[in-house]
This record gives sequence, structure tokens and C-alpha cells, in this order.
Amino acid sequence: MELNATRHNDIVVLTPQGRVDHLNADAFGKAVAPYVEQCHLGGVQLLFDLSHLEYISSAGLRILMLASKRAIPAGGKIGVAAPTPTVREILEISRFDLVFPVFDTVLKGVATLSGAAPKGS
Amino acid sequence: MRIRFWGTRGSLPVALTAAELRQKVAGALVHAGGRRFETAAEAEAFAATLPFAEAQTFGGSTSCVELELNAPGKESHEYILCDLGSGVRSFGNRVLARHGRKTPNVFHIFMSHVHWDHIMGFPFFTPAYIPGNTLRIYGCHDGLEDAFRRQQAPPSFPVEFEYLGAQIEFIKLEPGRKYDIAGLRVTAKKQLHAGDSYGYRFESHGKVVVYSTDSEHKLDSAEETESFVRFFFGADLVIFDAMYSLADAVSVKEDWGHSSNMVGVELCQLAGARHLVLFHHEPVFKDAKIAEIETESRRLEALTRQDAPELTVSAAYDGLEIDI
Repeated sequence: MELNATRHNDIVVLTPQGRVDHLNADAFGKAVAPYVEQCHLGGVQLLFDLSHLEYISSAGLRILMLASKRAIPAGGKIGVAAPTPTVREILEISRFDLVFPVFDTVLKGVATLSGAAPKGS
Repeated sequence: MRIRFWGTRGSLPVALTAAELRQKVAGALVHAGGRRFETAAEAEAFAATLPFAEAQTFGGSTSCVELELNAPGKESHEYILCDLGSGVRSFGNRVLARHGRKTPNVFHIFMSHVHWDHIMGFPFFTPAYIPGNTLRIYGCHDGLEDAFRRQQAPPSFPVEFEYLGAQIEFIKLEPGRKYDIAGLRVTAKKQLHAGDSYGYRFESHGKVVVYSTDSEHKLDSAEETESFVRFFFGADLVIFDAMYSLADAVSVKEDWGHSSNMVGVELCQLAGARHLVLFHHEPVFKDAKIAEIETESRRLEALTRQDAPELTVSAAYDGLEIDI
């Protein structure tokens, strides 16, 4: 699992690649933690670009939940975008699609989180 | 081995309401499309072709599962149960109908824990009142016997524990240790739940059944996950607490002591188990909702199977029987 980060004004787009499962969920959590902290402090919003994520397990989804618990009560915004078909179904079955906005594309996610476009997928 | 589910609901018994039953009847009539049935048997055969949640119900009795190594006849028999939720009342009635009151039977009962939904059927378990019967109640909690006595004490119930006619023994087990009981190799495992709960791995003649209910998986430790993979390893059947969605289990219902269908699928796939039974259904879920969760769990299993053999996934219902 690799995590790439790019910045679009006040939006940080995090792009995990490969698989996140119970063996590397801890590493995934440590990799996203600095960005979650920035979001908590109000500096940035987070968008997870899931277009290169082949699979995410319950342990990986828990990391996303922890991120939301840390950031959202402080006014931060978190979304996910462009999930692969498998990951989109996992989000639906786990009901995580009710936790975060799921955007069809990264562009829509960036636009919505930055307040430049109405929320929608 | 045959596994028979007498109670599959979590936390609180529930029943179909009049309106829900009326909806099912209306739906079945629409499905029938004006067809005529000459006998009740014909109509029942047609009903059996309808989707489960439309013509039947998952039921509402709380946890009680029977493991049957040999089919009982009218003579004395050794019965094996997991938990004494409200489902045990029907089981007791079936035993009495089979044997009558004069045949002594032995009941080996493995307790996950003593929360009320897992013991509430005991005061209505008629064989406990009949002299000659023997009940051996196994568990890993220190307070096992106290919980049963307290439940029967005033003002909770009119018949105190001392008036029960059967010989009743409480036997403490140590988690991780293997026991040979009633033809089964039994191993208990401590699980995360308020006041602790224990899962059981039962092995007999090369077949393995795991009963793992009221068990939360925190998902924050690979070691914890691996320990359950070992416990479930190669099981023919895993009866698994799938009360919540994953999103609920790790957020609003975190630390409520229950798990999800998604974690059940993952653990069984990692363990190479053959059949996952979703168990301890949330009492607010209607039949259609449980059927939806069953369908989604099967889809998740197919999505994530990769090259592994298929894991069968079923939602438990009161009356379900599975042969392994």
C-alpha cells in the first residue's frame, strides 16, 4: 500500500494504492495521521482518491472512521472520490457511503469540499 | 452433525406485528396471481417458492442453538446446546413431546455469557423442572450460577431455583484449554463484550463448528484478528454475531460489544471456513432488512473471494437446520 498526497488549494487529496487490509491498516493509519491532524486544526480538507485502491478491509475503513471522528467535529470536511467498482460496493455494504460523501470524480470532490460547487456525487 | 437454531435474535425477543403479517399475506396473494390451491399442502408448497422474507420470517427468539451429533429417539438422550435465550422454550417443548416426562435426559449447555437475552429462556425450560433430568451448564464466568439463581429469585420470577427438579451442575471451563464433553472436543475463547463473553469451538469426527456471538472486533490489532482466524480455522460452520453494519459497529455503536457481517466474511475467508451464519440479529431489523444483509454479505464474499473456495453465507432464522 502506498499513499500519495497532492494539494489543491485548501484540499489535500490522498491517494492510497493497492490493498488496505488488517496487515497494513496500521501503516495506513500512520500515513494519513498528519493530514488528519491538519484537517482537525482547520488548515485543510481531506479527499481520499480511491481510484487506485483495489480493496479495503474493515480495518482500513476503521481508519477512515477515525479520521472523520477526529476532523469533522472540529469543522473539517472529509470525502472519498472515484472508488473502483469493488471498493464502491464495499462502501455500500459496510454503510460507509452514509458516513462520507462519495464523489464520482476527484474534480467533483475537490470542487464540493472547497465550497465551489453544490454537494453531490 | 446437525445444527439447529432455536433462537437467533439479539438483545430482545421480537415478533411479527399484525400489520407485518398482513403485508406478507397480501404479497403472497399478489404472487399467487389468482392461482387456485385445492389443499393446504399445495398452498404451502407454493409459499415455499416465494422469497424467504416474503413468505416466512427470521423469527424473534433470542440465542439458543442445538448441536446434534446423533438423532434422538424416544430413549434417553444427551442434548447439546449453546445459550439459553428465549428459543430454549421451544426446544424444551420438543424434547418433552419426543420423550414424555418420564425419560431422563442429559443436557450439556455451553454459555457464551449471562446477559439477560442469553439466559431468559431458562425459567421456561420445562425439562429443568422434571426430576431425573440432568443439566450440565458450562461457562467461563465466575458468576455463572449466581446469574441463574438471581433470575429465578423474587421478585423476578415466582419459582425459585431450589424448586427445579432436575439435577443442575455448573461447570467452569478455562479458555484455551481443550475439553472432551459429550463426544465433542471443546475449546473456549474470550471475546470482547461487556463483562466478557466466550466463543466455543466444537470438534467431532473431523467436523468443526464455532459459536461466536456477542463479540466485538476492534480492528485495531492484527494480532487480535489473527487470534480469531486461528479460532475459526478450517471450520465447517461459523455462527457469528453480525448485529450491526460495520459503519455502526465502529462509530455510534462502538463498545456495544457486537460485530458486523463484513467482519464475519473477512474472518471466515482468512480462516478458510466453509459456511458463515449471520446470527444475533438486531431486534429492530425487519425480515426484509435481514434478507438484504444476507444478500449483501454474499455479494461481499463473491467480490473479495479471489482464488479461495466459496464461503457459503446464510442468515440464521428460528428453525434453520444445517447439516455438516
